[in-house]
Amino acid sequence: MSGSNDSGARKIERRIAALFGVAAVTGIMLLGVYLLGGQTQIEGVLLAITLGGIGIGIIAWSQWLLPGTLKTEDRHPSATYANAEAEQEIIAEESMITRRSLLVRALGAALAGLAAALAIPVLSLGPAPGRSLFETPWKRGGLRLVGLDGQPIQAADLPLEGVVTAFPEGYVGSADAQTVLIRVAPELLQLPADREIWAPDGYVAYSKMCTHAGCPVGLYRASEHQLLCPCHQSTFNVLDGAQVVFGPAGRPLPQLPIQLQSDGTFVADGDFFEPVGPAFWDITDG
Amino acid sequence: MAERQTVVEQQPVAEQPTTTAERRTELERLLGWFDERTGLAAPIRTGMRKVFPDHWSFLLGEVALFSFVILLLTGTFLTLFYTPDTRTVIYEGSYQVLRGQEVSAAYNSVMRISFDVQAGLLMRQVHHWAALIFFGAIAAHLARIFFTGAFRRPRELNYLIGIGLLTFALGEGITGYSLPDDLLSGVGLRIIDSVMLSVPFVGPWVSSLFFGGEYPTADIISRLFVFHIMLLPGLLIGGIGAHLALLWFQKHTQFRGHRASESNVVGLSFWPGQVFRSLGLMFLTAAVITLLAGLIQINPVWLYGPYVPYVATVPAQPDWYVGWLEGALRLGLPFEPTILGVTIPSVFVPGVLIPGLLMTLLALWPFLEARLTHDHAEHHLLDAPWQTPIRTATGAAAVALFLTLTIAGGNDVLAVLLSIPVEDITVAFRVLLVVAPIVTWLIVYRMARDAQAKHRSRDEAGLPDEPPSVLLVRNAGGGFSESEADR
Repeated sequence: MSGSNDSGARKIERRIAALFGVAAVTGIMLLGVYLLGGQTQIEGVLLAITLGGIGIGIIAWSQWLLPGTLKTEDRHPSATYANAEAEQEIIAEESMITRRSLLVRALGAALAGLAAALAIPVLSLGPAPGRSLFETPWKRGGLRLVGLDGQPIQAADLPLEGVVTAFPEGYVGSADAQTVLIRVAPELLQLPADREIWAPDGYVAYSKMCTHAGCPVGLYRASEHQLLCPCHQSTFNVLDGAQVVFGPAGRPLPQLPIQLQSDGTFVADGDFFEPVGPAFWDITDG
Repeated sequence: MAERQTVVEQQPVAEQPTTTAERRTELERLLGWFDERTGLAAPIRTGMRKVFPDHWSFLLGEVALFSFVILLLTGTFLTLFYTPDTRTVIYEGSYQVLRGQEVSAAYNSVMRISFDVQAGLLMRQVHHWAALIFFGAIAAHLARIFFTGAFRRPRELNYLIGIGLLTFALGEGITGYSLPDDLLSGVGLRIIDSVMLSVPFVGPWVSSLFFGGEYPTADIISRLFVFHIMLLPGLLIGGIGAHLALLWFQKHTQFRGHRASESNVVGLSFWPGQVFRSLGLMFLTAAVITLLAGLIQINPVWLYGPYVPYVATVPAQPDWYVGWLEGALRLGLPFEPTILGVTIPSVFVPGVLIPGLLMTLLALWPFLEARLTHDHAEHHLLDAPWQTPIRTATGAAAVALFLTLTIAGGNDVLAVLLSIPVEDITVAFRVLLVVAPIVTWLIVYRMARDAQAKHRSRDEAGLPDEPPSVLLVRNAGGGFSESEADR
């Protein structure tokens, strides 16, 4: 190696050492910042400088100070073949297993039985779905509509085009019973004939669970009388029974049959007539 | 009765340490002590000389590996503070806005990590950023493998292991996203529940067994926690081990050029060349992730608030690697037919069928390609993308599909940014979903064929692929002379 090359290498060495030095200092500074109470951004930057200094230093070291000559290595075929003698021995011993075909089959059956037995813990992971997806707490019937505070919703408190999230009394926060109660001008409603009595004085209630993927249908566009799901933009027309206007939902929102009481509160006659929320393959079996 | 045989295997006699009074340092004596008891010196020495080809694109998988190491380290720290529990507590930490509010114990502990554990927020943000970089590196690594044909025989098995790792990583991402029990994560789980419900016939069972009842249940968080910190990391560590062991055994692929051939490997030896580079890369990966995590806020769960099942926020976007699934759901058609009493949920096609088909196609590609091209030979030299127009065009079309779905996952954000009704954007994306992959396929195929023709005409003219590089040397008099470059 010539003298000038050597001094060049020593120059690089010093620079890399300086880089490691910076890393050491910022590392200690990080500790200082932490002990002084900590600050996320400064900690992040100091840690990044420490790690980066070490990283760049190591790479520079290998780039300029380590031999970078290309080497060649032969590839070898992957397959290995056992030596013939051992092979013969193994074949002979295997035949002692396989000739007991009754035992081999019986062992297979025993293992299959064991596998079936081991499925039991899987089944105890959750209850059989049963009717749970077809029902909500509204099914008891005669439950009053209450707000988030648990107090019955008063008809007079809801202005025209007003929206409120309602629950069955005693089930505030219920995921599958959540309902939107909307007040529209009664003459605008175009509900199917058998459902007109479900919307007294223009108060109409729908399941708040989107029939697409189950998100809460939380946005109401009063000017168009549309309920919009913020997750995937399924849009439902409040006036005609929450038919799908746009988006990926495949079913209207189920409507809740409600009655307006003389004291200005609402009760539900019973459950939604269809399952709420996302569909499943045997949803019509209910 | 079977003949009893005792098989005797010869115990190899450990070589006696040389008695020639050779001076040995303490370190050599220590290493010698281990070698006499493990016999590892020779294999390690051979391993250190193992040759690895050198190309920047071969480092993409390493970035994924190092991101995973960072995920394990920061994840371990977070586990020491996190509480996997949905029971409600009153938040009393130092974030004033939420004080006095009922939150789940899980959310409470994430708030504690973010505000009341020193450097906790940094650790959380490093963890989240490392996950995003992890997937970025995986995607780039997969693209490199695909477009250069590195999956061909004998590497189909390792390709399948890689696809398995991608699946486990997606599971990690989705379960980790859900653990803080904030509003976004709860809504995300609700959507996952709808996808489970749409599985043909057994959907309600799948959902009930996974969540322990009808969503939302009290068991969700503790179950996701076990998946996130034990089962999936275990599968990932085992899978990565197998992935690397096979890579070591089969030796790395290489590009043409230099002295590279199908029967050799040309590159740097493992020690010190490759180890130094990889170590350096590990620290640099950590540095970039730490810088992002220190300066750019991610997943501010205190702004989203705790999960309540009757509230949804807008806009709500998942992490980038799940965006394509979200986009597919958003572009889905309102099609939910009931035939013979059986309903096909509208979520089924975009949520189960399309992702399932795409992942299956991705996993089976090496076998499909081998069958279509009748090429069953071993390949250790990589293709340049232009050399295989059909493969490259198909891969590019898949990327176009992925990008379209991912951008569609933010259609509401786009609607606000562009002041166009979200309905129009959705319709446009439905069209684009069909058009973009086809157009991309045609364009990329054409480009690859043109490149092929150019190379062929060069070959016919007897010209080398690349113009020969010439080294110009300036002499003391200021003149230049040519000298053949050392290539």
